[in-house]
Amino acid sequence: MSNEIEAIKDPGLPAHVHRKADHDPVAAKRAERQVAILFGISALGTVLLIVSYIFIPDDVFIFIPVMGNQNAHQLGLGLGMAISLFFIGMGAIHWAKTLMPDQEVIAHRHEFRSPESDRKEFVQAVKDGAGAAGLGRRSLIKRSLGAALGLSALSPILLLRDLGPLPGNELEKTTWKSGTHLVTDPGNRRIKASDLEVGAVAQVLPEIEDPEHRPLSDIAKDAVLLIRLRPDEFNLDADRLAMTHEGIIAFSKICSHMGCAVALYEQQTKHLLCPCHQSTFDVTRAAKVIFGPAARPLPQLDITVDGEGYLVARNPFSEPVGPSFWERDSR
Amino acid sequence: MTAEARLGQVANYVDERTGAAAWMKKNLQKVFPDHWSFLLGEVALYSFVILLLSGTFLTFWFDPSQREVIYEGSYAPLEGIKMSAAYASTLHISFEVRGGLLMRQIHHWAALIFMAAIVAHLMRVFFTGAFRKPREGNWIIGVGLLTLGIVEGFLGYSLPDDLLSGTGIRIAEAIIQAIPVVGSYLAYFAFGGAFPGEAFIPRIYTVHVLLLPGAFLALITAHLMLVWYQKHTQYPGPGRTEKNVVGYPLMPVYMAKAGGFFFIVFGVIAFLSAVASINPIWLYGPYTPGQISAGSQPDWYMGWLDGLVRMAPPLESHFFGYTVSWNILIPGLIVPGILFTGMALYPFIESWITGDKREHHLLDRPRNAPNRTALGAMSITFMIVALINGGNDLIATHFDLSINQIMWGTRFGIFILPPIAFVVTKRLCLSLQRADRELVLHGRETGRLLRLPHGEFVEVHEPISPEKAYLLTSHEQAPALELPEVDRRGVKRAGAIRNKIRSRMSVAHSEAIPKVSANELKEIEH
Repeated sequence: MSNEIEAIKDPGLPAHVHRKADHDPVAAKRAERQVAILFGISALGTVLLIVSYIFIPDDVFIFIPVMGNQNAHQLGLGLGMAISLFFIGMGAIHWAKTLMPDQEVIAHRHEFRSPESDRKEFVQAVKDGAGAAGLGRRSLIKRSLGAALGLSALSPILLLRDLGPLPGNELEKTTWKSGTHLVTDPGNRRIKASDLEVGAVAQVLPEIEDPEHRPLSDIAKDAVLLIRLRPDEFNLDADRLAMTHEGIIAFSKICSHMGCAVALYEQQTKHLLCPCHQSTFDVTRAAKVIFGPAARPLPQLDITVDGEGYLVARNPFSEPVGPSFWERDSR
Repeated sequence: MTAEARLGQVANYVDERTGAAAWMKKNLQKVFPDHWSFLLGEVALYSFVILLLSGTFLTFWFDPSQREVIYEGSYAPLEGIKMSAAYASTLHISFEVRGGLLMRQIHHWAALIFMAAIVAHLMRVFFTGAFRKPREGNWIIGVGLLTLGIVEGFLGYSLPDDLLSGTGIRIAEAIIQAIPVVGSYLAYFAFGGAFPGEAFIPRIYTVHVLLLPGAFLALITAHLMLVWYQKHTQYPGPGRTEKNVVGYPLMPVYMAKAGGFFFIVFGVIAFLSAVASINPIWLYGPYTPGQISAGSQPDWYMGWLDGLVRMAPPLESHFFGYTVSWNILIPGLIVPGILFTGMALYPFIESWITGDKREHHLLDRPRNAPNRTALGAMSITFMIVALINGGNDLIATHFDLSINQIMWGTRFGIFILPPIAFVVTKRLCLSLQRADRELVLHGRETGRLLRLPHGEFVEVHEPISPEKAYLLTSHEQAPALELPEVDRRGVKRAGAIRNKIRSRMSVAHSEAIPKVSANELKEIEH
């Protein structure tokens, strides 16, 4: 590995081998024709595109083996464009490879480093400049400039303040109040316990005055999942059991991990699964996390029935719903 | 007048108005080395041009607004459904604008291929050591482009405001919200209030079509200008040295090939868009926070991030009434931050380990830099394990596994498999070096058996060509740095621990099978 050992010599660039088209005019003519044919195929592709655009209605389907039924209009446009572009490229490259000079040439490289004298003068010029400005001596200027620059960076941050309101305690609040009726989503109908069979699941929202204009930001906090089990299937402490009604248990549908809708219910195991990151909650144990990245159970909504037998919330959620945030536990 | 004469006139016209003759003369003859792996970066560049063209087309009809509308278009299953104007206009582009669906498909396919090409190009640059001095700055620009690409892609597929993309935005909001101290404030600023609000789509639209493309253009320009100015690297081989560039001149060969290649990339993307439909947003329906579809997946270049988030343990700290969500922060911000910073700094780390401050224009064969190649294989393994977990639900249904098995497999795999990949790759590289050595010393196996007079069978070996022998022995084998712990007077040097780490790494980095020297070859001949 040391330097005295002689390395194997560089034999230099291998000799250039000429192509047939370089010396045979017939071969060169053939290559020229091939290039022209490739460009010709491209032109046909453009024709296909134009024909598809103008003459094929967009509701015609054709059967193509392997691909199944395909929309003829879309397919014609796409294939026409693909052919028209692809064969321009093929033609150009075939031209370059068969008819343009294919002998590799050598160019020289120079080290980027400048000659020593230039480098010295350059460094000196920088030093002189810095010295003339007094960068080294006048530390008051340096510091005050640094402070001014730092402060001026605050202005864009300040000016962006009006991007949105302060969160206040909005993240902790939902529309659910004591006595709010549960209504189906979709449908917006009040429901009775008897509407839900054992083993069934339903998505509900709080009843509001103008359900036509329910903001999405409310759904993002209010969505609740009702699940009905046989009462003996629960494995809950007395407090939690009291929050259910005739085997109906209500959880926030917004995942406590990252806020996706926890929509997959496995009837056999009584598990709720979030399709985003597979956090799995056990319905029989108050949505305890049994798998996945979620760190907290889904908040449970305390439900009961009103005088007419319609399901209502007895209390609002006792904790914020949805993903965690810094000040979540503070209030 | 012939074509040559006319082009000559154009050149004359340009020079008389700009005086560019000297510069143009030199640069039209600029030499570009030829190798298939140098096309990967070109694919990325051309995909970007295709993204600009198809994206501009889409903006003519896309309405970046979360204003609520009732759908009245030609797609019957969604008739009368409430949705955002963004989603409705995406449906309009897909069903009523002729060629609109094709353009949407081209835009999305080009984005996927753009990211794939960037990643492949990055691997090529990494494994061949093309990032070494003087190209460290261009490496950092490249890492910046990769990062921007991930963000730009995410914003792009969020714009249609369908059920799938809205779910992606919800997850992004949860990551912002999880940032300690200021998280909920940042989320409220970003969304103009509570999630989802009506501000987000218009805002990310501006970022997606103006801010980031502008940044891309600036960075790509700088990236290419540096390639141009520093001249392209080349693979080692006979006649190729640190002092020259061997290849084809820009005009005409490289121009024709590169120009032709743009059309081929465009053609292939158009073909994919014609036959393979992706992101059929009309099947997902409009976004509403209370709904979701099973098998929610991001695009592939975000999959690793989603996979990391999925495999995170359920860790949350609660103290003094404050919450820190480690299950979001670690996989969503901390690990990606470490990975990308480490990647950006790698050229400097390697040069610190090797003590090599010289310019390098000849590329390494990956086997001749076993430590670096092993590190690359280790990183790729990490990413693949994360990516597999990002698709665990789909893998589970397609291969009849349980999600829990895959999740636990990847939770352990992410720690166990990358080091194994490192060791295996390093051993493989050294074995390949050994095979190279064998080949140079004893020639190539011909498969011809010869029976000697006394009955023994031997296989005939044929010497390899001098070109091949040179290629297999032309690389450098630098010895490890010598960093004595004590100085001449026996006093412990400052920064001993740092030096120890450095010399350990240097020893590991310089591990190699000694290459064949001319002396050894001569000895064998005698």
